[in-house]
Amino acid sequence: MAVPLLSVENLSLNYHTRQGLVQAVAGVDFEIRHREALVVLGESGCGKSSLAKTLMRTLPRNAGRPEGRVLLEGEDIMALDEERFRRQVRWLRIALVMQASMNALNPVVRVGEQVAEPLRVLRGWSRVRAQERAAEVFDLVGISTDFLTRYPFELSGGMRQRVVLAMALVTDPQLIILDEPTSALDVLTQASIMNVLKRIKREQGTSFILITHDVATSSELADRVALMYAGQIVETSSAAEFFREPAHPYARMLMDSVPRLHQEARPTHIPGQPPSLLDPPSGCRFADRCPQRFDLCERDPGAFRKGDRRRVRCWLHAGGSQLS
Amino acid sequence: MSHATSAARVDADQPLVEARDLRTWFELRQWGFMRLGSVKAVDGVNFSLRRGESVAFVGESGCGKSSLARTLLGLHQPTEGDVIFEGQSMARLGRRGMRDYRARVGYVQQDPFGALPPFLDVRRILAEPLKIHGVGRSERERRIRAVLEEVRLSPADDYLRKFPHMLSGGQQQRVVIARALILEPSLLIADEPVSMLDASVRVEILDLLYRIQQRRELTLAFITHDLSTVRHFADRIFVMYAGRIVETATVNELLDHPQHPYTQALLAALADPDPDNALELREVPGGEAPSLLNPPPGCRFHPRCPKHMPGVCDVEDPENFEPRPGHLSACLLHR
Ligand SMILES: Nc1ncnc2c1ncn2[C@@H]1O[C@H](COP(=O)(O)OP(=O)(O)OP(=O)(O)O)[C@@H](O)[C@H]1O
Ligand SMILES: Nc1ncnc2c1ncn2[C@@H]1O[C@H](COP(=O)(O)OP(=O)(O)OP(=O)(O)O)[C@@H](O)[C@H]1O
Ligand SMILES: [Mg+2]
Ligand SMILES: [Mg+2]
Repeated sequence: MAVPLLSVENLSLNYHTRQGLVQAVAGVDFEIRHREALVVLGESGCGKSSLAKTLMRTLPRNAGRPEGRVLLEGEDIMALDEERFRRQVRWLRIALVMQASMNALNPVVRVGEQVAEPLRVLRGWSRVRAQERAAEVFDLVGISTDFLTRYPFELSGGMRQRVVLAMALVTDPQLIILDEPTSALDVLTQASIMNVLKRIKREQGTSFILITHDVATSSELADRVALMYAGQIVETSSAAEFFREPAHPYARMLMDSVPRLHQEARPTHIPGQPPSLLDPPSGCRFADRCPQRFDLCERDPGAFRKGDRRRVRCWLHAGGSQLS
Repeated sequence: MSHATSAARVDADQPLVEARDLRTWFELRQWGFMRLGSVKAVDGVNFSLRRGESVAFVGESGCGKSSLARTLLGLHQPTEGDVIFEGQSMARLGRRGMRDYRARVGYVQQDPFGALPPFLDVRRILAEPLKIHGVGRSERERRIRAVLEEVRLSPADDYLRKFPHMLSGGQQQRVVIARALILEPSLLIADEPVSMLDASVRVEILDLLYRIQQRRELTLAFITHDLSTVRHFADRIFVMYAGRIVETATVNELLDHPQHPYTQALLAALADPDPDNALELREVPGGEAPSLLNPPPGCRFHPRCPKHMPGVCDVEDPENFEPRPGHLSACLLHR
């Protein structure tokens, strides 16, 4: 079988805080194949951004040393030193559109320059050549090249989101990680940004990790879905499996909480709250909110394999073979 | 209480609140003195809300939803038009009248995290409005406990001494709702009450609001940019675009038979979760919502409208038509 584009094995990350260790990412496994879009879906605080920052090595200073392996086309990029990571991987092969980055554009630099910057810094391209490429990616994300010379404040939120997307595309990376790219935007703007992503995926063959808390948005791009809960991935499925027949009890309850435009069934909420990541339970982290809880749930289920690529972290699915 | 007598002569069919050709414009200046024009945030809004109904105002960011809410609350003075509350014109309320009016209209402001003062505990947060309205100590305590029960922060003793940062986002929003309810308003305006919350908490808060609305028979005006949340929590929908209401109907009627091209575009842009969504592009009208400083002439949606009739839509300002019984839409196609 072909080597996956990215394969993440038992990745963990803690933050040091005055209250103790926050276990933001706790033993995460997944893989992405070429041209595939994986959605990392999960509610606020479950560790999605921490996962993205761990992969890109852009962690804040109070973060501990990440554990686990991250293989990019088979090469362990966690083992690279910072300089090589910067020269070979970050932005060139994996780009990240950070959460709320459309509000973090440099206010005094024209957006065209900002989009061209990675090429100038990382590839040493001339200004003219980098600008030409910037114009190309503006086209790709659906902004008129007239906007190259504008400043961020002259652009609407939707336009700025396209600009940060252009910045991620400019080096033609194999993988783009998007952290909540549409959550601050209007319905219509959201839909047009999702259209841009779909088109890029189809035409450029780029792979994506799309991070979102919004179930409906997630279905707009996903080939596969990894559902996170309290620092762990509790289910990894194909989009068809996940949206039609979610397996984990949390996945099912989350789907039932989504209001639907064209359905009479009233959405229902999930009672309770996720556990603190300072002192998470040693067993299943969803157990105390789970209506199907039973005695085994006091122990960590690990991930059970269901079919070729489906994984479910729940004792109810112990019929499959256990991985870890 | 002072409004008991006025409430007595109110008949049930009289609307609770009406907006009549309401306009709220903000003057835009540069360097404090150069007039650049007016932002027409609310620009000719008409509606009438019955007692005990739950309505949703839906529209994109910047279309004037919050400005409308704040005008209804008397926080902005209308540039033109009037708000009629229980038959009384707001423009004619004096200072006392305004104070009484504010007690009758509860407000859940946008941005729940900025909404609670960080240095007050829950008891003080809820006591404050009661003190302002002269409610005595033991009655205050009784009402605070009752309202905490009502928003399901129970037992109340677990919450009374907590500060906002000790509460989850959903719990904070319950405190905000409790504060809006504590003076027993007859109208509750909730501005994006759940947009900052997680999906699983969202439904819980909307359910709570809806149940309180039903039990208290209060009028609930809830503002959102997300049409998918309204189906189960509102009776009627007002769709806003660029400072105006462009379509109104009951929820099912509007969702099942949208008439205005803008509403149709909104609905087409929204997905229910489905794996097939990833397979095709969505139809989205081009362009962006217009500037409220210089809104387009004629129909404000015409520059983006796929059904735009040149020479008509860019000239004539559409009035409300009734393409289906009880269903209003401000679009010249219906003529
Ligand atoms: N620098 C930090 N120091 C300490 N704790 C942190 C830090 N950054 C994040 N956390 C904590 O780690 C956990 C995961 O946070 P993270 O930002 O990764 O979540 P998220 O899923 O991206 O949430 P959101 O949907 O709100 O963006 C949370 O409990 C958060 O409070
Ligand atoms: N106090 C103010 N002074 C000047 N302009 C204002 C003021 N309040 C709002 N505006 C402008 O009026 C327009 C409508 O804003 P409003 O906040 O009412 O929109 P909204 O529909 O609530 O948007 P959102 O969905 O983003 O909350 C915007 O252009 C805004 O910038
Ligand atoms: Mg995040
Ligand atoms: Mg608003």
